[in-house]
Amino acid sequence: MALSISKKTYMQELCKTFRQDVLRVLYDKQTGHPGGSLSVCEILTTLYFHAARIDPGDPQQADRDRIILSKGHAAPMLYRVLAEKGFFPVDEMNTLRDFETRLQGHPSVKHTPGVELSTGPLGLGLSASLGMALGLKLDGSPARVYVVLGDGEINEGTIWEACMCAAKYKADNLIAVLDWNGVQLDGLTDEVMPTGNLPAKFREFGWHCLECDGHDISDLCETLDKAATLSGRPVMILARTVKGKGVSFMEGQSAWHGRPVGKDEYAAARQELEGENV
Amino acid sequence: MTRAIRDAYGEALVKYGRDNPDVVVLDADVSSSTKSRLFQEACPERFYNVGIAEANMTAMAAGFAAVGKIPFVNTFAAFISSLGLIAARSFASYSGLGIKLIGAYGGLSDSFDGPSHHSIDDIAIMRLLPNLKVYVASDEVQTDWLVRQAIEDRSPVYIRLSRDAMPAIYQPSADFSEGKGQIIRQGSDITIIACGLMVSQALAAARMLSDQGIDAAVIDMFCVKPLDKALILKSAAQSSAMITAEEHSVIGGLGSAVAETLCEAGLQIPVGFVGLADCHAECGPYEKLLQKYGLDAQAIVTKAHQLIDT
Repeated sequence: MALSISKKTYMQELCKTFRQDVLRVLYDKQTGHPGGSLSVCEILTTLYFHAARIDPGDPQQADRDRIILSKGHAAPMLYRVLAEKGFFPVDEMNTLRDFETRLQGHPSVKHTPGVELSTGPLGLGLSASLGMALGLKLDGSPARVYVVLGDGEINEGTIWEACMCAAKYKADNLIAVLDWNGVQLDGLTDEVMPTGNLPAKFREFGWHCLECDGHDISDLCETLDKAATLSGRPVMILARTVKGKGVSFMEGQSAWHGRPVGKDEYAAARQELEGENV
Repeated sequence: MTRAIRDAYGEALVKYGRDNPDVVVLDADVSSSTKSRLFQEACPERFYNVGIAEANMTAMAAGFAAVGKIPFVNTFAAFISSLGLIAARSFASYSGLGIKLIGAYGGLSDSFDGPSHHSIDDIAIMRLLPNLKVYVASDEVQTDWLVRQAIEDRSPVYIRLSRDAMPAIYQPSADFSEGKGQIIRQGSDITIIACGLMVSQALAAARMLSDQGIDAAVIDMFCVKPLDKALILKSAAQSSAMITAEEHSVIGGLGSAVAETLCEAGLQIPVGFVGLADCHAECGPYEKLLQKYGLDAQAIVTKAHQLIDT
């Protein structure tokens, strides 16, 4: 089903606001991860505002879909999306990484409303999501588990252990989205640890594999819709993204994985993010 | 000797898990060793053999727990406390998810496979994790109770088992409480605080000491965390010396936990630590390893004389 223009525009506007707000908080706090937060913006927005059935008014509803941010360092963007969704006030973003905050440096299920799994150590989110998916299947639940992975994260062996296991148990209620920005902390993924032909790899591991533009709202929504129709195997969506998306001097730069934003840099970034070209 | 502890465990899993739809069991390709296979035979739809992938298995268990299941994670103690540790730390400890970490083949019980498969540091490692309860099974009856308790108590737990049979200590009707050590022998001179296989060794040592005119109390501290500090302090006040005994390194395990308790309370009492002396053992028959590495009744008796005679 094609996305209505109004809904697409609405989500695009959300993303524009989210990027501005996240960068402002990261500048204010002088700590946190800009690069991965900016690249995962549309992925999280379409998951929370299009694909998943989640009701902040009934957050523990048994058959709700689950969204797991396995690349937990992109927490600032997750928090901004959760706030917009209604899990906590948007103003609370100003407490990011503060002493005694509910918004910990990495997502914590014990601290933050709406967070379904504590993440941070990379490579564990896919396994945990698989456990959730199989547990929900046992109960006959219609719920899906969406998990967002980083492409640096897939260096971890556990990712591939979980891939084999998900195929073995035909976890077709598990949909993974790879934030495929090609950059990790120390450099390009092709330099740090070449991942090779990812579509072929995931297919060979027994997954359905789809590809899309991870910054195109329509493409993401249509791909997520298609993923929900597939059965018999888990689904991997390879979403092509740009690390640092929206701030030209951050784009594709590993240095911006977790670097504090300087005063002049913030002024320049703000100008770009508030423009119409994002 | 009675049944092997691993058999008692597998049978308890079936007994208490069969009719509870929330119980799920995971194993990393050692189900015929851990005896989780008994559960697979009884409830195949709730059994997951994830292959040789301990970290994935433990993280998967977190997901099961997050949707209301009671996941038992099975592999050798040496591997669950190493390869399974990152998920245990993130999900069982930090998030408080009710994962049941089952360490099969604890201590030197996988004797012939050698130090790569011995588990001499798992109690220390697991004891470090906030929110995790740490149990060491000392006989077949207690193993059965530990499985039942792990299902009833939704908390994350680590349970260290043994490959082999252990001498029977408890009557089948015995009951236990979390955080409460069991006084299994009264004694007025010294107190031996032990866990696991060393409980029966402590009882044997107490009999030998009795023949030598030394009256030793024996406590089964099967729940290393939360620790029964009150019992430790009460016993220390009534004894002239205290000995801890565990099939584990003398660093970081039960002995360290007891010493921390005594120090914090300012109690000055001679304490001896029976365990592996900061070394790896070797392969060979279990009995011979226990004897060579000072994990038997004689080692406890020797330690008692060192403390009392000086």
